Amino acid sequence: MPQMIMIDPVSRIEGHAKITIHLDDAGQVEQARFHVTEFRGFEQFCVGRPFWEMPGITARICGICPISHVLASARAGDAILAADVPPAAEKLRRLMNMGQLVQSHALSFFHLSAPDLLLGMDSDPATRNVFGLMAAEPELARGGIRLRQLGQEIIEYLGGRKIHPSWAVPGGVRSPLSREHATALQERLPEALQTTHQALALFKGLIERFSAEVASFGNVPSLFLGMVGPDGRWEHHGEKLRIVDETGSVLRDQLDGARYREFISEATEAWTYLKSPFYTPLGRQQGAYRVGPLARLNVCNYMGTPAAEAELAEFRQRAGAPALSSFYYHYARLIEILACLERIEQLLEDDDLFSNRLRAEAGVNQYIGVGVSEAPRGTLFHDYTVDANGLIQAVNFIIATGQNNPAMNQAVTQVAQRFVHGPTIPEGALNRMEASIRAFDPCLSCSTHASGHLLLDVRLLDAAGNLLDHVAR
Amino acid sequence: MSVRTLSINGQQVSAPAEATVLEAARDAGITIPTLCHLDGLSDVGACRLCLVEITGSNKLQPACHTRVAEGMEVQTETPRLQQYRRMVVELLFAERNHVCAVCVANGHCELQNLARALGMYHVRFDYLSPTCAVDITHSRFGIDHNRCVLCARCVRACDEVEGVHTWDIAGRGVASRVISDLDQPWGESTSCTACGKCVLACPTGAIFRRGVTVGEMERDSAKIRFIVEARNQRW
Repeated sequence: MPQMIMIDPVSRIEGHAKITIHLDDAGQVEQARFHVTEFRGFEQFCVGRPFWEMPGITARICGICPISHVLASARAGDAILAADVPPAAEKLRRLMNMGQLVQSHALSFFHLSAPDLLLGMDSDPATRNVFGLMAAEPELARGGIRLRQLGQEIIEYLGGRKIHPSWAVPGGVRSPLSREHATALQERLPEALQTTHQALALFKGLIERFSAEVASFGNVPSLFLGMVGPDGRWEHHGEKLRIVDETGSVLRDQLDGARYREFISEATEAWTYLKSPFYTPLGRQQGAYRVGPLARLNVCNYMGTPAAEAELAEFRQRAGAPALSSFYYHYARLIEILACLERIEQLLEDDDLFSNRLRAEAGVNQYIGVGVSEAPRGTLFHDYTVDANGLIQAVNFIIATGQNNPAMNQAVTQVAQRFVHGPTIPEGALNRMEASIRAFDPCLSCSTHASGHLLLDVRLLDAAGNLLDHVAR
Repeated sequence: MSVRTLSINGQQVSAPAEATVLEAARDAGITIPTLCHLDGLSDVGACRLCLVEITGSNKLQPACHTRVAEGMEVQTETPRLQQYRRMVVELLFAERNHVCAVCVANGHCELQNLARALGMYHVRFDYLSPTCAVDITHSRFGIDHNRCVLCARCVRACDEVEGVHTWDIAGRGVASRVISDLDQPWGESTSCTACGKCVLACPTGAIFRRGVTVGEMERDSAKIRFIVEARNQRW
C-alpha cells in the first residue's frame, strides 16, 4: 500500500519547512517533497511605500542576509532614478556584499552544516549542533565564529549596525568606510584566511567519506545561473548574468538582469509557498536551474584572485566541471569565502572607500526598476514598478532559494530513495534529508517573503494521503 | 510684570502671571512631557500628555493651557498621571501604523522618545491598522498619514508662522486626517509655499523630505521658535 512519511519541521535551516516522503505500494520511495510552510507577503504590503524606503523595508525580510536585499533594492532604486551610482559607492556596496557573503557562508558551513560533516550524519542529534562542534573541534568552531564576526564587522563598520542597516540607498550609499575601520579589518584578514584554508583542507579530507552523500544530495543535471564579469570572472555584484547547462556549455552570456522577464518565468505549486522559477526557453522541467555558490563556480571562467584560483582548479578536478552534486555547495561556499577575503584585502587599499561623494540624486525617471545582486544563496532580483511620484505600485522578488526549489526537491527524493526503506524513518536518514536541504543553505523567510523560527518536520503518507509516520523536532 | 508663586511637586516656583504651568515648570527645571506643544506655536491642549494634578480640582488639567495662580499646588508625576500618559502614547501607537524599525524618523522621533521615557514597552490595545495613504506628490516633501498623530503642529506652523494655512484637519475622531487646501494632493496645493516649516514642526516621520531613508529624517524644530522670536524682536 502506498504510504507517506513527513519530516516537520526541518531543523538547522533558515525558515520553516517540512518534508513529505511518498511511498509506493511496495513501500519504496516514490517521491519526496520539500514544503515551505511560511508566508510573509512583502510583495503585497510594500505597495504604496515610497521606493526610496524599500532598502530599509526589504532588509527586514531576513536577519541573515539583509544586505542582499538592501543592495538589490538599492539597485532597483538606481534604475528608477536612471542615475549612475558614484564609483566610490559602487565599491563600498561591493565591500559590504563581500562582508555579507563571508558571514552568511561562515554561518552555513560552521554553525549549521559542520556538525553533520565533522560529527557525522548518524551522530547523536543531542550533540549534533554548533555546541557539539565546540566541544569536539574547539579551534575550528572558534575560527568559524570569528570568521562570521569579521563579515558582520564589515557590515557594521559601513552601515552602523550588523543587522538590517539601511545603508545602501537609491543612487548610492549613505556613508564611507573610516580609515580606522579599514585598518581594523586589515588586521583581522590573516586569521580569517587561515581559518578558511584550514576548513578547506578539512573538507577535502572528508569528501571520500561522504561519497554516498555526494551521490545522493541532489546530484542531478540542471542549468546553473550566476553573475560573471565581462570576461567570465567570478562576480557577485553589479555585473551581468550567465546561464550554463549541465555539460558546462554557456547557453546565454552577459544577460542584463533587469530584463529577467525575457528569460525567467515563475511557476507556483499548491503544496508550498515557494515559487519555482525556470529558464523560459527550455520550459519548466528542462529549464530548472540552480543558483548560489555552486552555480557561481560553475558559470565562471576564473576567480580572479590567486588562492581562490588554485582552489577552483582543484574543485573542478574533484567535483567536475560543472559540479552537479549539491553536496559540493559546501565546498563552493568555502572557496567563495576565500575569494571574498582576497578581494577585500585588495579593495581595502582603494582610497575611494573613504570618499564622501557617495549618493547620486535624481527624481523618478523610469517607472520600472530591477535590481540584481548575488546573495550568499544565489541570484536575487528585486523588481519594482512605481507611479510618477515614486510610490510603489507592484513588487516582484525572485529569491535565490526559490530558484533552487526544483533541485531541493530532487535532493530530498534522492536521499529518501537511498536511505528510507519501509514505513519508518531511521534517524540517520532523517538527518540526511535535512542535511541535503542544508547543503543549499536555503533561506525560507526570504524566499516566501515569512515569519517565525525554524524546525524540521517529516511525514510519511500512504497513497491515499494517510499519515503513517511523523517525526518532528 | 506681576509674579505668581506656586508649588510644583512641592517645589516653590515663581512665574509671571501670564505664564502657563508648563512654562513655569520648565523655567524651574521640571520636565513635563509634551507632544502637541511646540515652542513658538499657540497651544491647543490636544495630546493630553502634559496633564497635571492641581489641588482643589478633581479634573486633570493640561499644563500647556493652564495659567499659573497664586498659591496653586501642582503635581506632575503622580502614579495616576504616569499611567495615563503611558496609555495615551499606547493609544497613539495603536491608532495608526507606526513601524519605528523602518521609519525615516527612527531615532529622531518625539513619539518614540516619549514611549521610551514613559516606559511603554508594549501596547495593550488592539492595533486598528487603518489603511492610510502616503502623499509624495509634492516636489520636495511627502506626508505619510500612517505616522501622523494629529498633533496639528504642521497646521499651526503653516497658519501662524508662514501665514498660509495650507494644512488643516478634516474628519472626526479616528477618521481625522491632516489635509492640504481643500483635501487635494499636496503637490496640487496652490497655497503651499514649500517653505518646509511643517517639516520642521512634525514630531514624527509623518512629514518628511523626499528621498530620506530609515532614520535620516533629522530636523531642528527649535527653528520655529527662533523664527517667531526673531520676527517679534524686529524694531
